[in-house]
Amino acid sequence: MFYRRLFDFPTRGLGSSFRELDRLQRQMEQWQGALSRGAFPMPSAGVFPLTNVTENNDSYYVRAELPGIKSDELDIQVTAKGISISGERKIPVEGNNVKYHRREREAGKFSRLINLPDDIDVNKVDAKLENGVLTMTIPKAEKTKPRQIAVK
Amino acid sequence: MTDSKAKEIQVKPKQEVTSPAEQTKPGVVFTPSVDIFENDRELTLLADLPGVTAENLTIDLRENTLTLTGEVEPFERANEEDILIEYEIGKFYRQFSLSNVIDQSKINANLTDGVLRLTLPKVEEAKPRKIEVRT
Repeated sequence: MFYRRLFDFPTRGLGSSFRELDRLQRQMEQWQGALSRGAFPMPSAGVFPLTNVTENNDSYYVRAELPGIKSDELDIQVTAKGISISGERKIPVEGNNVKYHRREREAGKFSRLINLPDDIDVNKVDAKLENGVLTMTIPKAEKTKPRQIAVK
Repeated sequence: MTDSKAKEIQVKPKQEVTSPAEQTKPGVVFTPSVDIFENDRELTLLADLPGVTAENLTIDLRENTLTLTGEVEPFERANEEDILIEYEIGKFYRQFSLSNVIDQSKINANLTDGVLRLTLPKVEEAKPRKIEVRT
């Protein structure tokens, strides 16, 4: 079977098989790169929107891609240990006599709860929606921030 | 939109482009989700491009091939450590072949909240005409 594939079709000669191998190798390298970054396989809660959470000494950062959602369509609630993001993505009807070629963008309701590892400062949470990307800056509570101890 | 009231949005991981036509810079490339529809006068394309600004978006129409390229600036600052990473940031790239004859001088593009709305008006002769049947 393999021979047939290689020799019966002039377009799939040996040269193209090697190219294919090259591509595979590149893909493997990409994979490995991702593995060492710890990003693959990507854990996902399976709830919209997909969220990235990062931290530094002072704050947590929660980011999510929400294209086409206006800030007033988004409801963000903050509790002592986590935040909830909910809303509805609306895709308006485009006239009566339109014919669709592709329809991949989805509309619907969503709500997601994100627990943060430590206590946060509920009063200083900041949320910004820019170019369809939500960025929340959530300051850590004073007691959970790392403190530098001066050695005398 | 009565059905969307009940429906919950499903998670759709970003689709990575398997064979981008040209790839000179390292990094992942994603296919944006699009809606394409037409009426008698124009073809409209809506594309989800979260994180793309107007300066970083390139729309190229050559003959009948429309190419969208959107660069996304990395969002993380240097001192941030990952806790949970569910999506990756990368370039958006997608090509379309347009069958209708488009009036290239009247193309209108509008990018709001990460959604591109591209209006491609048809040229006069491509618009459907009603043919009267004479008896």
